[in-house]
Amino acid sequence: MSILVIAEHDHRALKSATLNTVAAAQKIGGDIHVLVAGHGASDAAQAASKLAGVAKVLHADAPQLGSQTAENVAGLVTPLAGAYTHILLPATGFGKNIAPRIAALLDVAQISDIIDVVSPDTFVRPIYAGNAFATVQSKDGKKVITVRTTGFDAAAATGGTAPIESLATPADAGMAQVTGQDLTQSDRPELTSARVIISGGRGMQKGENFKMLEALADKLNAAIGASRAAVDAGYVPSDYQVGQTGKIVAPDLYIAVGISGAIQHLAGMKDSKVIVAINKDAEAPIFQIADYGLVGDLFEIIPALTAELG
Amino acid sequence: MKVLVPVKRVIDFNVKVRVKPDGSGVDTANVKMSMNPFDGIAVEEAVRLKEKSIATEIVAITCGITACQETLRTALALGADRAILIETGVDLQPLAVAKLLKAIVGRESPQLVILGKQAIDDDANQVGQMLAALLGWPQATFASKVDIADGRATVKREIDGGLETVEMNLPAVITTDLRLNEPRYATLPNIMKAKKKPLEVIKPDALGVDVTPRLATLKVVEPPKRKGGGKVADVKELVSKLRNEAKVI
Ligand SMILES: Cc1cc2nc3c(=O)[nH]c(=O)nc-3n(C[C@H](O)[C@H](O)[C@H](O)COP(=O)(O)OP(=O)(O)OC[C@H]3O[C@@H](n4cnc5c(N)ncnc54)[C@H](O)[C@@H]3O)c2cc1C
Repeated sequence: MSILVIAEHDHRALKSATLNTVAAAQKIGGDIHVLVAGHGASDAAQAASKLAGVAKVLHADAPQLGSQTAENVAGLVTPLAGAYTHILLPATGFGKNIAPRIAALLDVAQISDIIDVVSPDTFVRPIYAGNAFATVQSKDGKKVITVRTTGFDAAAATGGTAPIESLATPADAGMAQVTGQDLTQSDRPELTSARVIISGGRGMQKGENFKMLEALADKLNAAIGASRAAVDAGYVPSDYQVGQTGKIVAPDLYIAVGISGAIQHLAGMKDSKVIVAINKDAEAPIFQIADYGLVGDLFEIIPALTAELG
Repeated sequence: MKVLVPVKRVIDFNVKVRVKPDGSGVDTANVKMSMNPFDGIAVEEAVRLKEKSIATEIVAITCGITACQETLRTALALGADRAILIETGVDLQPLAVAKLLKAIVGRESPQLVILGKQAIDDDANQVGQMLAALLGWPQATFASKVDIADGRATVKREIDGGLETVEMNLPAVITTDLRLNEPRYATLPNIMKAKKKPLEVIKPDALGVDVTPRLATLKVVEPPKRKGGGKVADVKELVSKLRNEAKVI
């Protein structure tokens, strides 16, 4: 078997999701190659060559790969696909955008969001917001897969010494141009790799009140997340959303503040190691999955908790 | 400009799904079915384009069993002009749906296909991207704002780190995210009017598309249950438990 992992990176460094995807490739077994497609991305390619268990790094560098559009990345990957039995991407915004485009060009089904590998053609994936786990077998010769990062412990970032091979990049597909980015600036850990996450919901009442969560997050070196309701209300940017249709997280500690616990929210965080719920409604469904529930007014509890942590 | 809006009939988002004891799937008998919420957002966006005189005709389309006509009637009540059902009892997977849609795009020649980013049943998040690939069209997934002018679409996309703006020539495929708009409710008069709007039924064979599933579902099980329900009395106890029992801080 030979597996191509398409790295998610910001040209300088690999995103942590790439490490989980390599781990899934290791579980499938076989030769693992990592493709770094970017512009000025030799640092990211270097990082990929150090990943444990990687046999080769393919590095395609060209201006048109700077914004990693699905059209250009799929155009690069499809001609390479002949050499591989599996093509893996992380099930992040990056991978979800690109993978189906590759699968369709190869005329194969895609297996989205795998959380386990049963055998090289059989995988487990959540459906219905994680309320059921389906075991699916692919009958296609080639498998295009997106990997749910929380399903696989990250591969070691060091230990490997894979050679880096430069690839020629096809001409710009010229179909879609990225003309702007409005990235959320934050010094905090990334939501999908943070050890501790504090998420606020509609109970926060306004964006201003997230400052309270920030003060708490400072003490715990935590990332900040949110429910859909909090995002829809404009309290925080959309990339904070945790859930079925937002980010899937599984930190060591998840603190849900003023979040009721709708299934769509639980879908994104119920695999966290320890869950704390703070809610004034003792009947809120979030308490059913919380290890430590604290019933009360968040506007009293959060400052007290921050103070207690000294 | 003609707009094609693919929609899917799914178990309503408020229903707590139950896994069948024989592990063959989830129970859909006597369960409330609705239009996939993301597709509702796509219909709404198409209707707004028509209200702005950018779209001239909205064609709603779905693939599936006869009962999917209800979902099409909903789309018609919300403002679609006509509807197409590609009728089949086969378990349709995203690639098959994308191929069926491609065949319809060939017949209808829309300038824009707008559909939900994912269906909340299989959570696959594939059809829009696959359709764009098969057509050789550009795609803008996870849209939170769409502007169409002079044969071009400018789309704000929700990406993992924030927002990204993509510009592309039409024809193109756009998939919707939650913040694109807030769909309206169908009014009673519009529901009545929808009953009279044209709804065409086509079989996959007539389109020459092979819809054989590529993935076999071997079993469907309930996820492991999480043991929750623990409570603490106050902040002091919480901190002590997190430090000494859970050891996570
Ligand atoms: C297609 C679709 C996709 C969706 N995807 C997602 C998703 O990815 N992520 C997601 O989160 N949701 C998602 N949702 C929305 C989901 O169904 C819920 O509506 C949402 O999660 C509710 O957010 P919330 O818990 O913050 O708000 P609410 O349900 O309104 O809960 C607010 C909670 O705050 C508590 N509260 C209020 N004031 C205080 C106080 N002073 N102190 C303590 N507690 C207080 C209340 O008791 C209540 O429990 C989706 C819905 C649909 C239809």
